[in-house]
Amino acid sequence: MNDPLTIAGVDLSSRLFTGTGKFGDHKVMKEAIQSSGSEVVTVAVRRVDVEAGDENVIADIPADVQLMPNTSGARTADEAVRIARLAKASGLGDWIKIEVISDQKYLLPDNEETVKATEILVNEGFTVLPYMSPDLMAAKRMEEAGAAAVMPLGAPIGSNKGIRMKDMVQIIIDEIAVPVVVDAGIGKPSEAAEAMEMGADAVLVNTAIATAEDPVQMAEAFARAVKAGRQAYRAGLGPTAVTAEASSPLTGFLFE
Amino acid sequence: MSFYEQAVTYGGWDDSVFDQVSASDVERALSKEEINQRDYFALLSPAARPYLETMAKKAQAKTLRHFGKAMQLFLPLYLSDYCVNICKYCSFSADQNFPRRRLTMDEVEKEAKVISDMGIKHIILLSGESYQHSSIAYLQESMRVLSKYFSSVGLEIQPLEESEYEELVASGVDGLTVYQEVYNYDIYKDIHVKGPKKNYKYRLDTPERGAKAGMRAVNVGALLGLDDWRKESFAAGMHAAYLQDRYLETDVSVSFPRIRPHAGSYEPKVDVGDADLVQAMLALRLFLPNAGITLSTRESPELRDKLLQLGVTKISASSSTEVGGYSEPDNTQSQFEISDERSVAEMKRVLKSQGFQPIVKDWQMI
Repeated sequence: MNDPLTIAGVDLSSRLFTGTGKFGDHKVMKEAIQSSGSEVVTVAVRRVDVEAGDENVIADIPADVQLMPNTSGARTADEAVRIARLAKASGLGDWIKIEVISDQKYLLPDNEETVKATEILVNEGFTVLPYMSPDLMAAKRMEEAGAAAVMPLGAPIGSNKGIRMKDMVQIIIDEIAVPVVVDAGIGKPSEAAEAMEMGADAVLVNTAIATAEDPVQMAEAFARAVKAGRQAYRAGLGPTAVTAEASSPLTGFLFE
Repeated sequence: MSFYEQAVTYGGWDDSVFDQVSASDVERALSKEEINQRDYFALLSPAARPYLETMAKKAQAKTLRHFGKAMQLFLPLYLSDYCVNICKYCSFSADQNFPRRRLTMDEVEKEAKVISDMGIKHIILLSGESYQHSSIAYLQESMRVLSKYFSSVGLEIQPLEESEYEELVASGVDGLTVYQEVYNYDIYKDIHVKGPKKNYKYRLDTPERGAKAGMRAVNVGALLGLDDWRKESFAAGMHAAYLQDRYLETDVSVSFPRIRPHAGSYEPKVDVGDADLVQAMLALRLFLPNAGITLSTRESPELRDKLLQLGVTKISASSSTEVGGYSEPDNTQSQFEISDERSVAEMKRVLKSQGFQPIVKDWQMI
């Protein structure tokens, strides 16, 4: 089934994006990324230590994936912009996942600041993928500003609660033309499949893989779930009905 | 607004206040995904002691979800041991007689090099409390040197004004640690004999001034052993919650330092056992799942290795608690004796063997 996802001219055959945080060691991280088949991997610029040699996380990300540095730690648009420039200057490429979190209690993204950062970084030539709270108007503004995709959260980051924001995410999937990547909150492969069945273009999973007992196995399980969910979406899910409808109690008289 | 009224209330409680908690209160708290202030109180009670293992499992799972298998490493750098306060429990106290010292900029650089060569990128600057010796100008000058070596620098010095913190934030400082030492007002007044530190409220409001001034991180704590640890850790946890609720942009962390032997040998008023320390940490983790928990080298290697699994997110290693102690060890008075002398490399090995990724860089000045 040839069904590539194209973002900023890059064709991706895997619709599972992964992360690098929260792993116990780099070797397991590398193996997990490989077994996930992921072609887009996000890494926190704040943790990249170019002077660290072997301990530099970049050294353990498979070379053939698209790096997506993220601005985690940024509290404002201005900080996100500076982190993005730093990423580019450090040779991490020009894809950037904007993460502006001005709330350290729930770690919810600040859409207003994220829109601002998107505008600035698109103008500077970055391929911008903003992480956001699922709000249609904010998503539209990010799209208008030139975001290459939008990444609404399914539930608060690290919560592993699944697609709690389902209706809001669905609206974004239905209304936004650029790819929609469900990011954060996905705790189980079945929830990744659910996001894909809803019509999401991809999902980003980090915590659930990195903190699993066996991250490598879990990464593969997610890869299969994402494929299954996508296939189901493409195949056209049948309508669901709560009760059987054998007769027409309200309109049957018309045809008696 | 201030945390003052709350702090004085909690600190002034009778020690028996936790005895009213029943086993079913504890079980109710443990059955919840997110706990409130009442539950936090219950988990600090004697009735919660038989539930430590259950608390530990929940705390470990929560820490894993929020922080992952990652542990931040940092070191303290002592700039000066001049102090104008007389405090009964501290070896830097102004009435302690020893040759005082403040690092010159060359010496700051020497210390920075040694620490940086260990592979450390995050440090905390410490000093005795002397506005003259640890002046804003001196700290700014130090920051010009330290910015070349470190990606994150925090402060643990005398309390300052909000505008002074703003100046220091502009020079690259991004974190503030200030322990209330003891939330019980009467004990506070008794052990802080002389000097500006006698001002309980000014010290209590310090983390809040730091948050307002734009510090990315603030760290609070009570020095356990000065009063009943249940009350004191409850007050510290509530202080952290107060800050977290009002300053959403600020990362709030809590430490649970226990009094260590030092010159002057102040005898702790209250014995705080290992199980007490563990209960305090676990209850905090369940109450504030996103708050950092810092663990210093005050504790023994054996205990530290166990505590790593119980909610801790940041640790120090191979620390010197004396001025100039990295480049010229054992030259002068240390603030307290450390118990865990393992090097950064050894701590990294320990972390890896326990399934943690040692994180030396988690932020950089931008």
